[in-house]
Amino acid sequence: MTEIMIYNINDKGYYGEFGGAYIPEMLYPNVEELSQKYLAIMNEASFQKEFNQLLKDYVGRPSPLYFAKRLSEKHNTKIYLKREDLNHTGAHKVNNTIGQILMAKSLGKTRIIAETGAGQHGVATATVCALMGMQCIVYMGAVDIERQAPNVARMKMLGAEVRPALSGSKTLKDATNEAIRDWINNPTNTHYIIGSVVGPHPYPDMVARFQAVISEEIKWQLKDKEGTETPDHVIACVGGGSNAAGAFYHYLDDTNVNLIAVEAAGKGIHSGESAATSILGREGIIHGSKTLLMQTNDGQITEPYSISAGLDYPGVGPMHAHLYKTGRAEFLAVTDDEAMTAGLELSQLEGIIPAIETAHALAVFDKKAFKASDIVILNVSGRGDKDLQNYIDYFKL
Amino acid sequence: MNRILTKLKEEKKLLSIYFSAGYPNRNDTTSIIEHLEHSDVDMIEIGLPFSDPLADGPTIQESSTQALKNGMTTELLFEQLKDIRKTVSIPLIIMGYFNPILQYGVEAFCKKCEEVGIDGLIIPDLPADVYHREYKTIFEHHNLINVFLITPQTSEQRIRYIDSISNGFIYMVSSASVTGSNSGFGEAQTTYFKRIANMNLNNPTIVGFGISDKQTFTQATTYSKGAIIGSAFIKFLKQHSIAKIPEFVKAIKN
Repeated sequence: MTEIMIYNINDKGYYGEFGGAYIPEMLYPNVEELSQKYLAIMNEASFQKEFNQLLKDYVGRPSPLYFAKRLSEKHNTKIYLKREDLNHTGAHKVNNTIGQILMAKSLGKTRIIAETGAGQHGVATATVCALMGMQCIVYMGAVDIERQAPNVARMKMLGAEVRPALSGSKTLKDATNEAIRDWINNPTNTHYIIGSVVGPHPYPDMVARFQAVISEEIKWQLKDKEGTETPDHVIACVGGGSNAAGAFYHYLDDTNVNLIAVEAAGKGIHSGESAATSILGREGIIHGSKTLLMQTNDGQITEPYSISAGLDYPGVGPMHAHLYKTGRAEFLAVTDDEAMTAGLELSQLEGIIPAIETAHALAVFDKKAFKASDIVILNVSGRGDKDLQNYIDYFKL
Repeated sequence: MNRILTKLKEEKKLLSIYFSAGYPNRNDTTSIIEHLEHSDVDMIEIGLPFSDPLADGPTIQESSTQALKNGMTTELLFEQLKDIRKTVSIPLIIMGYFNPILQYGVEAFCKKCEEVGIDGLIIPDLPADVYHREYKTIFEHHNLINVFLITPQTSEQRIRYIDSISNGFIYMVSSASVTGSNSGFGEAQTTYFKRIANMNLNNPTIVGFGISDKQTFTQATTYSKGAIIGSAFIKFLKQHSIAKIPEFVKAIKN
């Protein structure tokens, strides 16, 4: 008898051997409460109604599934772009923050904390807190605060307090540590809105479920256009992995669909300046989750590098670690240069300036040949406005 | 018998001191332990440095970061401790986050601990249920006591569960905070200390977090077996030489 492989989470909070909740006892009551209640709350009719209404009227969903004619001609295959870049706040991140702010309300929490790297998740969190009239504190590495001034200003304008993370390398990993410490210090009134499919169970699953609206829409949109719900390939970039989790979600168990996860190789996978976590990482614990992470032989977590602030996380969500380990998804790594070239190409072929994170996914078309008859879905996780300065510097615009 | 169990039988309040191995200097580890023993400290927690210490405040984070910069590693710690039992007889506990231990190999780590004479482990991010399921037999095989934490938010049911799987003492976190918060103890803490004392647990409790001086030590030990000082000791080490350690301990114990 062949064992049926399960790619989604099991009832113990693990994806295969990855996941779990490796948290200090101080966080146990909060994480346990969430773990006990999240599915019931998400399945309530009133929750579903409010979530769907906000996604429609406030975020602007469904996001279009757009047939990219000129890009398809260039690469001699059939490419559809899932336009998460057209969401309010400019990326897929808001799908999760809408869901989690409603979760926080259901749990009776009044104070919201979040971590952010480049500021996209911070902005998406500050946005929903403004919408719901909740106190919002965003932890951001001091180095990132310097690099991402416009997003810091956006968060402040939305009424959030931005607190610098001054420990370690003063980037995303440290901002996450600070947010967790805040949660330890404020155990009763605070909900922590994690921005990706990372952290202790049930976060990876909860965030994946909120982002699953992406593949849910792809199914009926593709049915409308191609007469089938099933593409041949789905491509998404992976940092922590939330947009990929959303784009893959309804196809996880359909092995006819090839899932392609694209990680940031920075200046080259083995250059020492890379964020290709699955390839370079080893099994370990980061931010409460057993997953693949970049670390020294001694188990110290190392600092990744990518031109894209949204991809330079030293870990990857446990779902993706499992997809990597089982071979269910194909993992490719794309360098800064390849991504920037692909970002420019999409801008000029389709009039869409993508986020640099998305540009990594787009670079797959230069690395891998698809059949002319293949239907390829590429998740455009975000728009490139936030990256304009990077594009200007890189291309000397 | 495990040195922790012997120590817990003594008719007195216990003072345990935490420090980060390899701080302030890489090779200070054994010297600090020896000075603490000579100062009549009852128990020592040796911090295994980690890059991302989630449950620690700025002081311990900083000492941990500095120790790593000094070149501290798990292997080096065991090397430093290999002859420690020739000079030190009080219980020694290693406190560290799970990832470095996992990378070393849990079995290999426990074996090394036993070889150098470590009596117990405190691993804040190793959950009780995972320990119980996957690692308990390994720890016990190497005569190591695993110490669990409880906090003011821990439910009575869970405290009972933790008590049932503990075999030594329970680390009672004084308040909802990371290490090194220094605001003193108020009404809420006293109520919590009394509440736990009234539960008549099988294991004694030792209070940690927020203990920095004689007053907080006395408050913490009124209803418990002992108290742990970490951040305040690390701050002391930052400003004073190791030779002055007896002064730090005397100020608390007298």
